[in-house]
Amino acid sequence: MRRFQPLAAASLALAALTLALAACKKDEAPAAPFPSTYTAPAAPAVLITHATILTGTGRKLEDASLLIQDGKIVAVGEEVAPPPQVEVIDAKGRWLTPGLIDAHSHLGVYPSPDVWATADGNEMVDPVTPGVWSEHAVWPQDPGFETARAGGVTSLLVLPGSGNLIGGRGSVLKNVPSVSYQGMKYPGAPYSLKIACGENPKRVYGKDGQRAPMTRMGNVAGYRAAFAKAKEYLKKQEAGGGEERDLGMETLAGVLKGDILVQNHCYRADEMETMLDVAKEFGFKITTFHHAVEAYKIADRLAEEGVCAALWADWWGFKLEAFDGIRENVAMVDAAVSKDGARGCAIVHSDDPYGIQRLNQEAAKAMAAGRRAGYVIRDEDAIAWITSNPAKAIGIGELTGSLEPGKAADLVLWNGTPFSSYARADRVYIDGVLRFDRYTPKPVESDFALGLAPPEEQEAGTPLTAPSAAIPASAAPKTEIAPTASPAEPAPTEPAAAAASETQP
Amino acid sequence: MNRHPWLRRARVLAPLALALALPAQAGLLAITNAKLYTVSGGALENATLLIRNDLIEAVGVGLPVPEGAKVIDAAGASVTPGLFDAYTHIGLEEISGIDETRDDAGGNPRYSAALDVLDGLNPRSVLIPVNRIEGITQAMSAPTTGEGGPLLAGRGAVINLGQLGPQNFIARAHAAQFVPFGEAAMAQLHGGRPTVLLALREAFQEVRNGGHSGVQRDSLLGALDIEALRPVLSGEQPLVVDVQRAADIRALLKFADDYGIKLVIHGGAEAHLVARELAEKQVPVILDPTYNLPIHFEALAARADAAAILHRAGVLLAFSAASDMGSHNSRNIRQLAGNAVAYGLPWSAALAAVTLNPAKVYGLDSTVGSLEAGKQANFVIWDGDPLEVTSFPKQVYAAGVAIPMSSRQTQLRDRYGKR
Repeated sequence: MRRFQPLAAASLALAALTLALAACKKDEAPAAPFPSTYTAPAAPAVLITHATILTGTGRKLEDASLLIQDGKIVAVGEEVAPPPQVEVIDAKGRWLTPGLIDAHSHLGVYPSPDVWATADGNEMVDPVTPGVWSEHAVWPQDPGFETARAGGVTSLLVLPGSGNLIGGRGSVLKNVPSVSYQGMKYPGAPYSLKIACGENPKRVYGKDGQRAPMTRMGNVAGYRAAFAKAKEYLKKQEAGGGEERDLGMETLAGVLKGDILVQNHCYRADEMETMLDVAKEFGFKITTFHHAVEAYKIADRLAEEGVCAALWADWWGFKLEAFDGIRENVAMVDAAVSKDGARGCAIVHSDDPYGIQRLNQEAAKAMAAGRRAGYVIRDEDAIAWITSNPAKAIGIGELTGSLEPGKAADLVLWNGTPFSSYARADRVYIDGVLRFDRYTPKPVESDFALGLAPPEEQEAGTPLTAPSAAIPASAAPKTEIAPTASPAEPAPTEPAAAAASETQP
Repeated sequence: MNRHPWLRRARVLAPLALALALPAQAGLLAITNAKLYTVSGGALENATLLIRNDLIEAVGVGLPVPEGAKVIDAAGASVTPGLFDAYTHIGLEEISGIDETRDDAGGNPRYSAALDVLDGLNPRSVLIPVNRIEGITQAMSAPTTGEGGPLLAGRGAVINLGQLGPQNFIARAHAAQFVPFGEAAMAQLHGGRPTVLLALREAFQEVRNGGHSGVQRDSLLGALDIEALRPVLSGEQPLVVDVQRAADIRALLKFADDYGIKLVIHGGAEAHLVARELAEKQVPVILDPTYNLPIHFEALAARADAAAILHRAGVLLAFSAASDMGSHNSRNIRQLAGNAVAYGLPWSAALAAVTLNPAKVYGLDSTVGSLEAGKQANFVIWDGDPLEVTSFPKQVYAAGVAIPMSSRQTQLRDRYGKR
């Protein structure tokens, strides 16, 4: 475990997590292996003005400013006094949100290209493999990191796959170019344990009748056996130990102590209820149910238990346990309220190298479907599904995920509302460092992607310079982020005008 | 199994027959005050769409509404043709992970050209209402061209999702023959690309020779396969090939020339590198415009603005999702179209890629795909920009009939959600 630095802006919802993490502050704890080597390069102070800001804390500010300095957010509001020596960006017409966070990714462990030689996400030789860590298989040259960054993703939890009942540890990464995963590893973030319900483990192991689990009975027996053993292991450790190291048991003991979060792949409502009981039996907490296509059936219980649900906007039917997926799942989880008045914790996740590039659109679909079904969802609520809620669920909610003074300057400047098919990230900052700039395209950063498309053939097309069509040229900002060329196409957000102008001679 | 399937079918069909009688009584319908995206003739503001029975009678601004017509005031809403997905397995695939519900795969012989999806298509598929209430009124339902499957995978059909029953469910039988190429086909033949192309040439040479592969060996194709391939060889039925790599597309262009085959590219991650040749030879591309990663070695040059490049070169584009969710979420093709616009494709070209262009690919452009007099009255009234992820249909019409806007998913929502 990395040491955790609580910030002044600690939120109440994270109190439990902070307590849990404090456990690893014990002086006698050995130095954690594979430490992060990430440090943010120095970056100039930036003042973004006249933006529509979604803070991730339920606020929407119009014509507002945000100041970043030394990699942190310093001020957010209608009137922010500019310090000397600051880059001022006129963001009129643009929207500013926290950097997007994907609570469920396999980038790096199932990278592009997708061949056996790169398939490193499932150690399917035993249904219980808590000793494996996804980070040891993360290939930082996966071109998917880069395309996800262009989609506004600044942090992500890379998990092992769901072939096993207990698949191993997942790690939180900052989405920055690096030659090692240590250079991406999020300082201060806890590890997560991947647990999987349902069809995948029983298909992988029991389908031929050769090995447990063959059934959902076997699944549950498998989790219980593992945690029963971990309890004994932990008891012995706390009594002085003396046993040989057991890497798998170290991970499960970390879960029992509350140091390691639990990310539980689980589709069906009945199985989620079972898992909540398993967690109670052994005294650990499930942080988040992932995929959870039936979360809407138990939205109240999830709110009551304070368990998040990380969901797709609309995936369904690819497995029997995904047959009951509905578009309103996210909205229904979000709308549930606990007896104490806590709102449901809904997350839109990707699990996919394409979906991660447009989490904003996936959230938009879920928001629109919810509104259509009568749920009141404001833009400033829906943005939490891809920022502050996943930040909380993967244990970095005190560090990033919202635009508040003291938090990391992880942000996305969009060409308009992010809730649109036409939305594009114009700029992406991570710890105040400009990591993606749509109008100053860099050469590819992944070594693998370098030189894949021969330059002479690339010229057959046109460079990727589609200007921000959502912003009329007349209203374009004065700073250098504005495209120099005028929009080549009519504004896509006004199809009527666009189509009409094309048809009138 | 049911010993009296006819009895069972009769029970199922009785209520459907009543429902199907309704279109005949629908008579005249006028959608007024609409933003009509005709696709074939641009966009018309404050326009009227006039429907008689199952066909569009007139489209225009200031059209007189005939007496007795049912009038629906669109209040300025956008109206488009029903959407057309150029590549799905709808009606052939219910739950991807449950083999018992799959009729899209063609086993593992080398050639399965005679396979006909009509023999497996299920008009009662749960996927149909889920997708039609979001505006999909036509889809190609194709046999799978998966890894290890047959090289000639069989014949697909265009289905009408809007039809509320088995009648008129098939818009066009035998609309195309499907073939995998590149990595997927190599697995079937345990060889490289030259082996795959040779196997294709052998098959078509045999058809050309009238069913004789030559003196050296026995026939490679069954008699029914040869029969099924004749319309492909004559250029009447397109050959839709899953192919990504630019070099492979070039090889196929040559092959298609040699045999007079009407080629359609499906996949086409690197088609933008061959855009000029594709335009010259009038070969359409069925593309997922969001496919921008080098996820396969045959797609190393995939890029997000491929649709814009192909369109500028004059290539006919149709959109379909490359993901495994392509059938269940056919409804998301308009998100694909919107994303293509975000990467430089003109909005009207994006709409055409999910309406009229797929109709052209499968030879159905005289009956569907645009709002034109004489075409089938398949259209959608939208609550916003049709290519926006935040928009939904207010009402979908198929053959002039307002379809019920419910599905198994809306029923689940209503069971568990607020009313």
